[in-house]
Amino acid sequence: MAELSSNAAVMRRDRARERPGRPHRRRRRSLFQVILQVIGELLITAGVVLLLFVAWELWWTNIESDIKQEQAVEDFFSGIEVPLTPEAPSADEGDIAVDAADPPVLPAAEFAGKTFGVVYVPRFGENFSRPVTGGVGVDVLDNLGLGHYPDTAMPGQVGNFAIAGHRQTNGAVLDNIHTLVPGDKVYVQTRDGYYTYVYRNNQIVLPDRVDVLAPVPTQPDAEPTERILTMTSCNPRFGAQERIIAYAVMESYRPSSAGPPPEIAAQVERAAGQVG
Amino acid sequence: MYSLIFRLLPGPLWLRIIFAVLLIAAAVAALMTFVFPWLSQFNPLTDSTIGSG
Repeated sequence: MAELSSNAAVMRRDRARERPGRPHRRRRRSLFQVILQVIGELLITAGVVLLLFVAWELWWTNIESDIKQEQAVEDFFSGIEVPLTPEAPSADEGDIAVDAADPPVLPAAEFAGKTFGVVYVPRFGENFSRPVTGGVGVDVLDNLGLGHYPDTAMPGQVGNFAIAGHRQTNGAVLDNIHTLVPGDKVYVQTRDGYYTYVYRNNQIVLPDRVDVLAPVPTQPDAEPTERILTMTSCNPRFGAQERIIAYAVMESYRPSSAGPPPEIAAQVERAAGQVG
Repeated sequence: MYSLIFRLLPGPLWLRIIFAVLLIAAAVAALMTFVFPWLSQFNPLTDSTIGSG
């Protein structure tokens, strides 16, 4: 019995010695097998690289872009001197509203490729504050969040202040654009003050519909009388067959000297880096 | 192919495993810094602007 089991052990040891993987025992493979193996390994590699690309695009670009956007917001605030607490509401509240009739307008030409404002949308989250920069090239949209279509109006100007932002990647600034409800506020802060826009409606169009950027959206020949804010992003989510367009109409203007609108005072303070 | 690279790495098994992990990390880093940013300009799914297509 003992002999038998020791025989089995010897056999096991011999088998172990013949196990493939030991170079000197390797069976020579034909050229065909080698080529087939290399092709297989390359195909697996290609699959892994494509998965990595998806992870990079949907996850890593957001991390990178968030850092750059925070930096841009910081730079914006370091360039201006504004009170961060809203002026106590008083009898002259009416005077602030009068300003809405003719708010100051930034010179668009100065801000190509430069961050000129911060956009706050409470509906997109308590802490939603994103820089808005002149231009809609990949250098702006991929790094700095919101981009301003160069030939459209500036905040507060009669006409169409049009901005674009990514939906899933590079910060995903407008991911929640479809959750806006009529009446939601969109605040645009520039060095002059705060422009409050009220969301009106959205529209889903094909990517070639440039008339949504017209001074009166979708009516290129009409004479503008309103101050419109237009946001464009891709639609559907994770796709780009269409564009989702969100329109808001300007409601009021508040000069920087009066402090931020009370509803977003906390967000402005946080964006300016005064908290925490 | 990969088995050949692994056999070409010097040192004992544990060292070769470390080398292999480092090589993979370097490849991933190169992809993320150079290849993917270039590749993403051909990705039509991230275009969020009007009238550029």
